[in-house]
Amino acid sequence: MTLPLSFVFFVLLGLSVYFYYHAKSGIVRKAALLSDRTKALPSHYGQQSFLWAFIPSFLILLVLTIGGPNYIDQIFYNKIQELNPTFNESFVSLILAKVINVSNGKISTGEENIIMLAKDYKIAFEQLHFFRGLVVILCAALLGMIISYRQKPGSNAREQVEKFIVNIFFASAVIAIFTTVAIILSLFFEALRFFNLYNFFDFIFGLHWAPNVAIRTDQVAAEGSFGMIPVLLGTLLISFIAMCVAIPIGLFSAIYLAEFATPKIRDFVKPTLEILAGIPTVVYGYFAALTAAPFFREIGFSLGLDVSSESAIAAGAVMGIMIIPFISSLSDDVIRAVPQSLRDGSMGLGATKAETIYIVILPAAIPGLVGAVLLAVSRAIGETMIVVMAAGLSANLTVNPLESVTTVTVQIVSLLTGDTEFDDIKTLSAFGLGLALFFFTLLLNIFALSISRRLAERYD
Amino acid sequence: MIRKSIQSRRARETRLKIYGITSICFALIMLATLLISIGLNGYSALQQAYFKLDISVNTEKFVDDSGAPDNNKMNLFNWDGLVQSALREFFPEVKDRDEKKELFAIISANAGYDLKEIIKKKALGSGSHTLSVWLHLSDDADQYLKGRLSIDIPEEDRRINNKQIAWVNSLVERDIAKLKFNKTFFTSADSREPESAGILGSVIGSALTLFVTIMFALPLAVMAAIYLEYFAKPGKITDFIEVNVNNLAAVPSIVFGLLGLSVFLSTFGLPRSAPLVGGLVLGLMTLPTIIIASRASIRSIPPSIREAALGLGASKMQAALHHVLPLATPGILTGTIIGMAQALGETAPLLMIGMVAFIIDIPTTFTSSATAMPVQIYMWSDSAERAFYERSSLAILFLVAFLISMNLLAVVLRKKFEKKW
Amino acid sequence: MTSKFRTKKVEVSYGDKKAIRDISLDIEKNIITALIGPSGCGKSTFLRCLNRMNDVIENCSIKGSIHLDEQDIYGPDIDPVELRARVGMVFQKANPFPKSIFDNIAYGPRIHGLASNDSELKDIVHNSLEKAGLMDEVKDRLNDQATGLSGGQQQRICIARAIAVSPEVILMDEPCSALDPIATAKIEELMNELCQSYTIIIVTHSMQQAARVSKKTAFFHLGDLIEYNDTDKIFTQPENQKTQDYITGRFG
Repeated sequence: MTLPLSFVFFVLLGLSVYFYYHAKSGIVRKAALLSDRTKALPSHYGQQSFLWAFIPSFLILLVLTIGGPNYIDQIFYNKIQELNPTFNESFVSLILAKVINVSNGKISTGEENIIMLAKDYKIAFEQLHFFRGLVVILCAALLGMIISYRQKPGSNAREQVEKFIVNIFFASAVIAIFTTVAIILSLFFEALRFFNLYNFFDFIFGLHWAPNVAIRTDQVAAEGSFGMIPVLLGTLLISFIAMCVAIPIGLFSAIYLAEFATPKIRDFVKPTLEILAGIPTVVYGYFAALTAAPFFREIGFSLGLDVSSESAIAAGAVMGIMIIPFISSLSDDVIRAVPQSLRDGSMGLGATKAETIYIVILPAAIPGLVGAVLLAVSRAIGETMIVVMAAGLSANLTVNPLESVTTVTVQIVSLLTGDTEFDDIKTLSAFGLGLALFFFTLLLNIFALSISRRLAERYD
Repeated sequence: MIRKSIQSRRARETRLKIYGITSICFALIMLATLLISIGLNGYSALQQAYFKLDISVNTEKFVDDSGAPDNNKMNLFNWDGLVQSALREFFPEVKDRDEKKELFAIISANAGYDLKEIIKKKALGSGSHTLSVWLHLSDDADQYLKGRLSIDIPEEDRRINNKQIAWVNSLVERDIAKLKFNKTFFTSADSREPESAGILGSVIGSALTLFVTIMFALPLAVMAAIYLEYFAKPGKITDFIEVNVNNLAAVPSIVFGLLGLSVFLSTFGLPRSAPLVGGLVLGLMTLPTIIIASRASIRSIPPSIREAALGLGASKMQAALHHVLPLATPGILTGTIIGMAQALGETAPLLMIGMVAFIIDIPTTFTSSATAMPVQIYMWSDSAERAFYERSSLAILFLVAFLISMNLLAVVLRKKFEKKW
Repeated sequence: MTSKFRTKKVEVSYGDKKAIRDISLDIEKNIITALIGPSGCGKSTFLRCLNRMNDVIENCSIKGSIHLDEQDIYGPDIDPVELRARVGMVFQKANPFPKSIFDNIAYGPRIHGLASNDSELKDIVHNSLEKAGLMDEVKDRLNDQATGLSGGQQQRICIARAIAVSPEVILMDEPCSALDPIATAKIEELMNELCQSYTIIIVTHSMQQAARVSKKTAFFHLGDLIEYNDTDKIFTQPENQKTQDYITGRFG
């Protein structure tokens, strides 16, 4: 007897709905017997039963569905290792993968042992599914029964249900914390494994990045070098170029829109700039690689300069265009948040608009503007697709915008999209880079958000 | 004294205005350049070069002993040979082996397969049939007919040689080859051959992924937003949650990809390249966006509404769910649409979890291997064939058009339900 | 008796909506003139016409003529920036710039280039603070943020800031409406001193204030100028029934 996931889920749902009505009508009967009124609405008692029947069982279902297969894999991993203690880890994993594939019919094999194991594996899985279904359904039925039996008209079901829901709401809010923690932990542990294989300081301060040297795993001596300075420098160079484009254009656009533009112009320009912000980065990457890069190359050629076809300037300039609306809309908000009374005060003294802007408004808005720029820098550093498509792969230690440089994100993508083992040093080095990227942007973000918040508080 | 300086002060103002206008014009011109250049690259992919063949087949070859259609026999039949011999009838002068090879290079390498599929679909009755079918020319012939391959460069640098050009021209003159609407682009998934490649696979991949994203992110975000606005007690935990939410909104998307790779794939053992995992990763990524939008929307509902409910003896939860949430729904929806548009255009995290694989089948479930539209665009623009660029551009046009309409929808919703309290 | 401002048939509309109609009045030099009337009667609108602050507002159009010292302030050769240096303004809500006290006062002189060096600037700032009666209160903290002062002090900073430009006229738009009685008394006292050298026009909601400080009073109602006369006259024997009703508190 097999109990597939969807079947179990719908039975669970059905049971819970049943208990909703069961409890709802039950409480009315109980109250009638006591010739009493229920303290909360009957539907609250129904909700309470529903939640008790559904939530715990659903959690069990989730845990068993995600954890169960891993548990079985672990058992079979141990089994295979016991059968052949001489096998090393990766070979055992390989056999396990084969067993799994044979068991679900993806491949066929003639090896007796594997067929045997695959059969066992399939049986184990069926047992797991049966067990999962049984536990979930029994749990739902039992809890639903207990709770609807125990409900009394005098108990305040509404309060209890609401407390429960608030806790669920709280759990949802805490997911933000979990996500951050999960990011930090996963990056940190993978990076730690990398630093076991590669010296931390060589990574941070190394001037040479060439992860592609070691192809065979036995080439320990000739392992690639992972000094992140050139990669970091490339990232900063491209971000710097992007900022040179985006900051002046974004800021002046924002100033014009906030202070000079008529409502008609605003109503047209703002949404249009938002379109620029809504274009996927892969499109900018396509534009950078196929239009901007050849364009800069042509210009360089006509000036007698040798521009690389993956020049930093092409990627940076296009990234700058992408960031313009980001800066302009954030700055526009910040500038408009400066109270009108300050504008009036300045104009009332006979200042021109430009003077009002330069001397009163911009200084008042400066924390917010700095915050906006820092968020934009953080975004430029973390931007991936434009540089993956338009910047180079080789890590040149240069600040010449006409040459090709690589960035942190390009390296992460190229290291993780190849056919590499998960435990490979190359793969792990990507997590090292990821950790560096995360902390770099984290610092920028926190700093940026805290100074813009200070501004918001000042004018609240 | 004041009058003297006023001219230069006014000039400064004019300068500032000019900077502003120049900046805005630059941004708008860039937007136009971007869209127009992609449009010019991509519009031609709406058409595809086809050629017409009159083919006779005897369906009795494809039935088993009992007379039922036998797919196996159909698959084993030499369809390529059939197409090739039909093509050679137009050019009886081609005899040489190398020459024949060159001739067959002007039609799609998938022509035989396509023919088989057409015949299969027609479900012909038993007996001999003669029918004329339109099959793809090769991508090089296609690009030549569209004028995308320059014939000014020396022959040996070209992907199509003079002889082949002559054949293609002769087919066109005889009205056998022509450009027709490129239906394949909208009805098939990826392929090694540009002429057989389409976006349907990636569109469905994106749809499955987004479905997971919205199912995951929307309820969580709304619950979190209500909690933070109405139930959270000011304190360290609440502050910490706020900092986390705001910060997560600015974490580079590729970091979410790394998270997905190490948590969903290696720790939980979920399948690679699956819309399920892609959706979860994008869901985590858009969660803060939707939380922030939902909170703003909830906050814009005047406290008096909530107080009125509380004054009638409603509980906090009832006031929030019965009164505030319905009023905040348009704002939440707007935020959700913007978040979804962001997720739909996102590429980098999907690369990390293996949704970058070459997949010929149209995905059907949340765990089957799939790719997404932006990833498809990325893969195509990375390919060597010129014809893939064209398809990449057209795919971009569709993606951008869709995203713009999503954003417009959000704007319209906001305008429509915007209330001044 | 010389008039500083002379307005003729002034009419202001925001879009299609007329805010004030047909306002003609002469404002005398070096006295305090009060504009009173119920909310929305157009008195603030009229005040803002006098130094063209309405220019800032979209779709605001003005008809009629306003002359300052026989010069049409809406004339083609008038720069509003220059005008505002002559006709300063103090607003309802104190709006010091988020800068130091010194920089607040020095702002006007700096933009208009009134001081040729630092010591001159310092003198202007000190004089203005002195005139505004603030010097003793803030002399030790000229470099502190002006936003850190109390509401009344902030408003007097704004007055000092206006004086620093040496305007001929100071417009005050309900300058005391956000202040407590003590701060209000201080500002009224200040206005009394200032009117020796400046023409002051004040919009106020408080009839007591108008009666206390002003020499002449104009009563506005629904965009019309109902009555304009000596303050004593207006408050003791108004000619118009509406004025009578308003000052006795029957409406408004």
